[in-house]
Amino acid sequence: MTTPDLTPSGADHDVVVIGAGPAGMACVATLLAETSLTVGLVDAGHGAGGQYWRQPAPVPTPHPGEPAPRRAGLHHDLATFHRLRDALDRGAASGRLATRFAHHVWSVTANDPGPVAEGGFAVHVVDRSGRPGDESTSTITGRALVIATGAFDRALPFPGWDLPGVMTVGGLQALLKAGDVAAGRRVAIGGTGPFLLPVAAALAARGSTVVGVFEANHPVRWLRESRAVARNVGKLGEGAGYAATLLRHRVPLRPRRMIVAAHGTDRVEAVSVARVGRDGRPVEGSAERHTVDAVGVGWGFTPQLDIAVTLGLRLTRDRGGTPVVEVDRLHRSSRPRVYAAGETCGVGGAALALVEGRLAARGVAHDLTGADPASHPAPGPDGVAAVRLGAFADAIISAHPVPVGWVDALTDETIVCRCEEVRFGAVRAAIEAGATDARQVKQLTRTGMGWCQGRVCGYAAALLSAGAPGEPDERLIGAPMPLGALAQTDDQHDAM
Amino acid sequence: MKVIVVGAGIVGTACAEALTREGIEVVVVDRLPVGAGTTSRGEGNILLSDKAPGAEMALAQLSRRTWLEVGDLVGRESIELEEKGGVVVATTHQGLGSLISFADRQRAAGVMALEVEDPLVLEPHLSPSLPGAMHYPEDMQVQPVLAASRMLVLAQQRGAQFRCGLEVAGALTDTNGAVSGIRTTSGEVIEADAVVNAAGTWGGVVGERLGGPIPVLPRRGFVLVTEPLPPMVRHKVYTADYVENVESSGEGLETSCVVEGTHGGTVLIGASRERVGFDTSLRVDVVETLARQAIAIFPFLADVNLLRVYRGFRPYCPDHLPVIGPDPRAPGVLHACGHEGAGIGLATGTGRLITDYLTGARKSEPGAEFAALLPDRFVGAESASESASESVAEQVPAL
Repeated sequence: MTTPDLTPSGADHDVVVIGAGPAGMACVATLLAETSLTVGLVDAGHGAGGQYWRQPAPVPTPHPGEPAPRRAGLHHDLATFHRLRDALDRGAASGRLATRFAHHVWSVTANDPGPVAEGGFAVHVVDRSGRPGDESTSTITGRALVIATGAFDRALPFPGWDLPGVMTVGGLQALLKAGDVAAGRRVAIGGTGPFLLPVAAALAARGSTVVGVFEANHPVRWLRESRAVARNVGKLGEGAGYAATLLRHRVPLRPRRMIVAAHGTDRVEAVSVARVGRDGRPVEGSAERHTVDAVGVGWGFTPQLDIAVTLGLRLTRDRGGTPVVEVDRLHRSSRPRVYAAGETCGVGGAALALVEGRLAARGVAHDLTGADPASHPAPGPDGVAAVRLGAFADAIISAHPVPVGWVDALTDETIVCRCEEVRFGAVRAAIEAGATDARQVKQLTRTGMGWCQGRVCGYAAALLSAGAPGEPDERLIGAPMPLGALAQTDDQHDAM
Repeated sequence: MKVIVVGAGIVGTACAEALTREGIEVVVVDRLPVGAGTTSRGEGNILLSDKAPGAEMALAQLSRRTWLEVGDLVGRESIELEEKGGVVVATTHQGLGSLISFADRQRAAGVMALEVEDPLVLEPHLSPSLPGAMHYPEDMQVQPVLAASRMLVLAQQRGAQFRCGLEVAGALTDTNGAVSGIRTTSGEVIEADAVVNAAGTWGGVVGERLGGPIPVLPRRGFVLVTEPLPPMVRHKVYTADYVENVESSGEGLETSCVVEGTHGGTVLIGASRERVGFDTSLRVDVVETLARQAIAIFPFLADVNLLRVYRGFRPYCPDHLPVIGPDPRAPGVLHACGHEGAGIGLATGTGRLITDYLTGARKSEPGAEFAALLPDRFVGAESASESASESVAEQVPAL
């Protein structure tokens, strides 16, 4: 990695972009193309792409003659990925872009005592490129900060969801993208939302039998949002492509169904699927059983807001009530020189994330290159596209609510928090004792206190206690790291 | 008699428990659910080891006895109350000397303090290079939110009411000028014979609204939480400089290390002390310093993952003593706040004292050892305390 010359303010870079998914890549490429600003790009992955264009882990010594992994059909719009990656490569070669992959951001602080002038940000990272135990920490500073940290899979507990072989649909897809591994030969897909389709299609295309896509809602709901749908024919075409794949592989798309239990002893062997009634509850006596060896469930996505919350950014709610970063048309947050793009300001898919990344770059350019901070440059065609794609994202969210009846499937024995092995009975008792939000449930039951810090069970705990997604948890530490790495902080500024 | 307790943290719920035990009618009011403030940010210390002889030590000893009673009433397991004992380690030979003489004074006050020949017998994973340690078998630990929740439930079973979501706007006064209840910000009126200010870090604001301003200010602290481990740390283990820092009046950052295991298997590492108002930002250098200090005591921690850091605001008074007792300026108002970092440990004794003051038990027997905790010490310094509570009001974050 080349360390660029310090900016006049003493920061390492003009802009630090956190996250190298579609939004972060588009933001960096636009900054490189349209400004002369220097950029630092940080991502936990081994290369650019994020979850959407997730790349296989690098193989240190490729075996000659080994067949190339079958990657066709896994990624959408690879041409855009290659174009952006080439732009990033050119930026790195010119010295204007410094990338740090395999680095987790564990905190971001503003005005930290250090070399950055007022208004700067220090991004504290842990380097995981080595073996476990060899982690080291360091700090990257910038005058402006772009948060493009994406979203993570939303899971809800049901009896048997802790059996091996049951995972999130995102987990199934990550296995496919990172290693071309199909999680099972007979797979059930459940939950809600358009993301179920590409995962089912990719599994079917790799020879897995998908016993059904059990969508809790009904596609007909989209028609209520006809205006947004009509303006997004391209997105619909994407969906139609997956539907054609599913049809070709005879994958049944089963609306108004939900997986209510997974069965098995050492790993999942079958699922029970119930019909979802008009009241959003599983219809009694409607359960059918399917033999499977893998299950993927997804209830949409939760934006990754750890950094936004730590920095005290103002949040708002999307149409489904999920907290997201509040931004203006150029993706400025409530805090000067902090921008958010992609799923952090509302889950809307890769096409919207690309547009938002470009808009954030223009916000940064406008604010850092001395333009009147009160003036708002016209967002241009990307601004129009953002509005159009945003309306479509809203329509999708409205059409895919979590049915209230997911709770009916729980028994007192159902694990809610896998890390701390807290069962529904304990959570119910805490709620009966007066817990009114996920934080209270956590304090009384240890739900969300384990390794994942509530990223898996926090949504369920909020729905159970408050009936809606709550305020996002404050996580002052964004990623676990050995205390030894912290104690021997290799702060590059110490050496200068 | 009917009493309003303002605050459903550890101190307010302990007051509710103690008052209802004497058959007094209680209404607990809080803006937030039980134990949602500083109570949820503590390590659960019930310590004698860090107290110097005096009023606070007497309160700590009363509290320790009362905690064991509460444990018997609600079940020790249910609040994770453990008589685990404390181990105070010296990091220098000079430090060992002061630790030994401090322990001599504590023994004279009735504290069990045992000199340790080989600290590794008590704590096998301690760094072997530490010069010495003192063992305090009476130190205990509790899970604060569970404890507050159980004490509130116990009080409710005895007829207490809990009114969540209410904020005190001011006091009702009778024709004699005595406080006869509260008005809430939503306009509700609740009548009572007495009002207990157990609002913790917000005790300065509540005191002012009730007509008895007291100077309670926030002192920020960070606590580190590791991944769950098999039991590695048996006691509360801390360095001797913790005692000095607790009593320090410095504005700047002080860190001294407290390391302990929890029921869940995590190891807690505290505690920094800074006076920065209600600033919620993370200080990375504080986290790094705590990590370094913890590893110096327990080298195995270098390979253990940090999972979480939490932050809290301790309510402190300028003289580092809590304010407990009737306010002479506002008859009917009693304060029970300003416990700084010792609120969990001192909560149950505070509940007893408040009950004694209200039932007259404390009047017949003045309890001179607790006189230093009375609000009277801020009366007369009226102007100073008013300006202090004004500055508190400015710092309270918008809710």
